[in-house]
Amino acid sequence: MEAQATYNYKVVRQFAIMTVVWGIVGMLVGVIIASQLIWPELNFETPWLTYGRLRPLHTNAVIFAFGGSGLFATSYYIVQRTCHTRLFADGLAAFTFWGWQLVILLAAITLPLGYTTSKEYAELEWPIDILITVVWVSYAIVFFGTIMKRKTSHIYVANWFFGAFIITIALLHLVNNAELPVSFLGMKSYSAYAGAQDAMIQWWYGHNAVGFFLTTAFLGMMYYFVPKQAGRPVYSYRLSVVHFWALIFTYMWAGPHHLHYTALPDWTQSLGMIFSLILLAPSWGGMINGIMTMSGAWHKLRTDPILKFLVTSLSFYGMSTFEGPMMAIKTVNALSHYTDWTVGHVHSGALGWVAMVTIGSLYYLIPRLFGRQEMYSVRLITTHFWIATIGVVLYIAALWISGVMQGLMWRAVNVDGTLTYSFAESVKMVYPFYAIRLVGGLMFLSGMLIMAYNVYKTVAGSKAVDDAVIPAQAAAHA
Amino acid sequence: MEILYLLIPLSVILVFVIVWIFLWAVKSGQFDDMEGPAHRILMDDDRPRPPPDA
Repeated sequence: MEAQATYNYKVVRQFAIMTVVWGIVGMLVGVIIASQLIWPELNFETPWLTYGRLRPLHTNAVIFAFGGSGLFATSYYIVQRTCHTRLFADGLAAFTFWGWQLVILLAAITLPLGYTTSKEYAELEWPIDILITVVWVSYAIVFFGTIMKRKTSHIYVANWFFGAFIITIALLHLVNNAELPVSFLGMKSYSAYAGAQDAMIQWWYGHNAVGFFLTTAFLGMMYYFVPKQAGRPVYSYRLSVVHFWALIFTYMWAGPHHLHYTALPDWTQSLGMIFSLILLAPSWGGMINGIMTMSGAWHKLRTDPILKFLVTSLSFYGMSTFEGPMMAIKTVNALSHYTDWTVGHVHSGALGWVAMVTIGSLYYLIPRLFGRQEMYSVRLITTHFWIATIGVVLYIAALWISGVMQGLMWRAVNVDGTLTYSFAESVKMVYPFYAIRLVGGLMFLSGMLIMAYNVYKTVAGSKAVDDAVIPAQAAAHA
Repeated sequence: MEILYLLIPLSVILVFVIVWIFLWAVKSGQFDDMEGPAHRILMDDDRPRPPPDA
């Protein structure tokens, strides 16, 4: 054995920095398309700047570039620190970084050019799908290889969440992206499934992507960084284990709630609704477990903006995992489906939960990766926290109002059975709320710019930590 | 809905795989200690060492 084994911080650092960069890019595209909804002229009559092409760019950038990079960074950090061993296969880990960045770059080029499979959150065409598969398999080898060579007997609960996420995303990606290329030199392909079958596969993928990419994986992040930052053990370790198994046993069948009142068989829709309702239990168990970890350390919330981010993210997690099952009830869905309410719900999860838990974790991580005691400015973290929180609240409140208004206007009928409102009337009504949504989005983006400045000042002139020593074995089994 | 002939068996296989992993975890003693692991991550000091001349 070498004299002093060290952790691989390099790949964690690379992914951590790119998380901030892609966060800004993805949210900027979001702000642009939110503006286009108010001022359609903003596409400048240019095909590749139209809403239809930029919208998948926004979703791909925030989910897979920002969220994905954040997950790579934190999972690589957590698996090493909790298994007391260096990452398995440094070279392969470096490949996952460059490979994933290439996927993102290709997405940023092909989506505006109009290459799309038109499957939501899986718009990328077949050559990129193959690259994603290669990178993802490498990720699995690195992650599970590290688990296999761990020096601790116990596998910490966060790693279970990350492991389930990696396996499930591999399965979802392969099944949903089964497609036939038109030619080997062209980008165009056709899905292996047709009609309602394709819709069913698409939302089986779509909702499980929300469940495993945007929930399970970020819960792994939460179960490590909340206890670490609070300096308290997780409220109930037993509950965290129950949370994990309950979540993965019940998640798979919630997808049909995206297809209520469609050509899908009625019983499939009801099944999707029931499984969505069941999910409330493990979700809230986890949320309560995370928040109660603060017990005995609540006073730290007054002064520690990183904890503010983490605890607020849990509150949004609890709120959106209540809202989600409620919207999955068919009678509620009859009002909410196809309205802005859905968009608001997604953003309370994506900004409030996913982005905030990632931001909090990065503020914890970055000083440790660059040999600083803390971030350049703690005050700026506080500023970021408030501007981001107010931004999310404005965003989701605006879309609640516009969404419910749309739903009510669309279903209103006169006594003679004709529609009370024309569609254009409902469009006109939502303008002011789109403006409020844009302000909320701009605030969230400004917060990310503050973060970028803070990160830059922290990193500039620092010395990257490449000598983080792995603790001796005796301690590991203490 | 022929697609369910793919999705339902897939879920059933997956559930069996999950059960198998769960039983392995129970048998190999992963869940014997439900207190220690929570404390152990806190004992892992990951703060960077202060600069030598500080």
